[in-house]
Amino acid sequence: MNPTDVTVTDLVPMPVLLPLLGAALTLAFRRSPRLQRGVSIAVLAAVVAVAVILVWQTDVNGPQVLWLGAWQEPLGISLVADRLSALMLLVSAIVTLLVLVFAIGQGQADSDDETESETPLTIFHPTYLVLAAGVSNAFLAGDLFNLFVGFEILLFSSYVLITLGGAAARIHAGTTYVVVSLLSSALFLVGIAAVYAATGTVNLAQLAIRIGDLSPGVALVLQLSLLTAFAIKAAVFPMSAWLPDSYPTAPAPVTAVFAGLLTKVGVYAIIRTQTLLFPDSPLQGLLMWAALLTMVIGILGAVSQSGLKRILSFTLVSHIGYMIFGIALATPEGTAGAIFYVAHHITIQTALFLITGLVERLGGTTSLDRLGGLAVASPVLATLFFVSAMNLSGIPPLSGFLAKVGLLDAGISVGTPLAWLLVVGGIVTSLLTLYALAKVWSQAFWRTLADAPRSTEMAAALQDGTLDVEPATDPASAVLVDASPRALPRTMLGATAAMTLVGLLITVVAGPLFAYTQRAASDLMSRDPYITSVLPVEVRR
Amino acid sequence: MTTLAPTLIESTLQPNITLVLVTVGLVAAGTALALDRSLVRVLLGMVLIGNGIAVLYLVVSGRAGRAPFVGEDPATISDPLPQAMVLTAIVISLATIGFLLAMSYRLWQISGTDDVPDDAEDARIQRLAIEDQTSSTYDPSEESTTTSDELADGDGSPRRP
Repeated sequence: MNPTDVTVTDLVPMPVLLPLLGAALTLAFRRSPRLQRGVSIAVLAAVVAVAVILVWQTDVNGPQVLWLGAWQEPLGISLVADRLSALMLLVSAIVTLLVLVFAIGQGQADSDDETESETPLTIFHPTYLVLAAGVSNAFLAGDLFNLFVGFEILLFSSYVLITLGGAAARIHAGTTYVVVSLLSSALFLVGIAAVYAATGTVNLAQLAIRIGDLSPGVALVLQLSLLTAFAIKAAVFPMSAWLPDSYPTAPAPVTAVFAGLLTKVGVYAIIRTQTLLFPDSPLQGLLMWAALLTMVIGILGAVSQSGLKRILSFTLVSHIGYMIFGIALATPEGTAGAIFYVAHHITIQTALFLITGLVERLGGTTSLDRLGGLAVASPVLATLFFVSAMNLSGIPPLSGFLAKVGLLDAGISVGTPLAWLLVVGGIVTSLLTLYALAKVWSQAFWRTLADAPRSTEMAAALQDGTLDVEPATDPASAVLVDASPRALPRTMLGATAAMTLVGLLITVVAGPLFAYTQRAASDLMSRDPYITSVLPVEVRR
Repeated sequence: MTTLAPTLIESTLQPNITLVLVTVGLVAAGTALALDRSLVRVLLGMVLIGNGIAVLYLVVSGRAGRAPFVGEDPATISDPLPQAMVLTAIVISLATIGFLLAMSYRLWQISGTDDVPDDAEDARIQRLAIEDQTSSTYDPSEESTTTSDELADGDGSPRRP
């Protein structure tokens, strides 16, 4: 057997298998935090390496397909890595690795100053690795049911991570999150049942062929049920209300990885099903309206908030609208823009939430009413925030600008009135993002602490011991009334800086990356590369 | 599978009406329960919805047949694929129920009730109502139960007037 044949397709299941193996090992090593840290980092670094190879190989040799379990071909479970999946894998692997480094730094720092650790290591590492496996499985799934299983793996670990420690605020936030996720999973299951009843298969490549033969009404029902399930996971308006209520209370690294990855898995599922299963979608208008409302209502929510975490959660919802915009255009340019936007947004949103974690550590809170003077307290952190904020709001020449230009360009070339409306909506959203983040900058970083409306009242209450603020139930925010800000742990700052740099790197490699996403989009649009590489000739009907 | 598919689709065109009615009943009852404020009722609702969907997969699998073992005549067995899927779904929902039970117990430990709390925006609007003017729908006897730590108060409880 030729060794090169073996390596490439055998690498396809590795992004799922390695983290699961790592989860088992970290669970076994639960008494030795150092071994746990070593295993987790080694595993996720290996996944990054595998993802790099997959990106390169799929770009050169086309989609890589592996049939598991040696069943007869269309019957078994297939894992498929095409250009889109491989790029998603690479970005998510980098993000999970850097957030893990951040979490390790936080865990060590917390155990140093003997406050209760925010990320209990024994549970954190295995759960986090299972989350990584679930995300990879969703990206690689070649059939709808495996996609469902991937979603369930990542959702279940996210239930554990979002309620980590079991403090009141987290349990409350977790309740909403778990119930909403359960509902979307139930809808997804109903959708799969309907798909199977109508076509007799759940394999995506076979579905791509068979759904074309269905009557338009039946196909519309299938499309709507799948879209609804994915839109809840991707937090598309009007199914986005759960997100800003649940994400902010989780530990900083958990929020960062959720914000970066979980909604994007939903977006990935929408891209995949829309392009592969429903290429002549009658729902483009609906998707465009959803995109517009997601963008505008999300960002208006962000403008009205006074807490940094909630502002970022609302901008997260809002910017999902850009990706839906690209998908709704249903042109190769639009899809390419959406894929580029996903890659950009995963890195930048994660970076901003990591920075928020550091702000909370430095200033003791993330409420803008009580923050100030952070630019003096930590110029490095201020620089990181400034660069990331400008990147997210789309200031040239950063990747946020390039991603938005790509989408707006695609929108203009479609040229319908609705597309123009979305272009305008996209520009307004970008400006409002800039406004919301500039407000954060001027309040938290630029003004002196004395100017913060509620800082003096707190300090006075602290001094004469009549603090009327009840101690927070969350151990993380209980330390917030610290007179002297703590120095930022170097590991956490390093991981955050690296995350911001990855965001900048996307700007540097924007040319090749855009070309890559365009190739990925034209693969998706023509559908042939996917179908022919998954299905053997005799069952291709 | 390709040889099975056409017959499958035909048989799902004439679904078993009892199974369909059971599915509808379970999912409807589950939805009603899931809309309740108490987490345990929500949990029971989710269990019912999950079971309803499991029955739905029996509808999807078409006409009932013999147990699908290797060596049976493919024409006489029932379709094994939905059974494999629904088995996976049942295992997942079992784990979810365990987790939700633990979570509602923890919620009860913390707050003495298993009611799902107000969200942060509700609490903010309620506080505005107390401070500025009371809207006609405002009921002062209901106190907010939110615990969001980022509202201007920061302590998670509504500001007293």
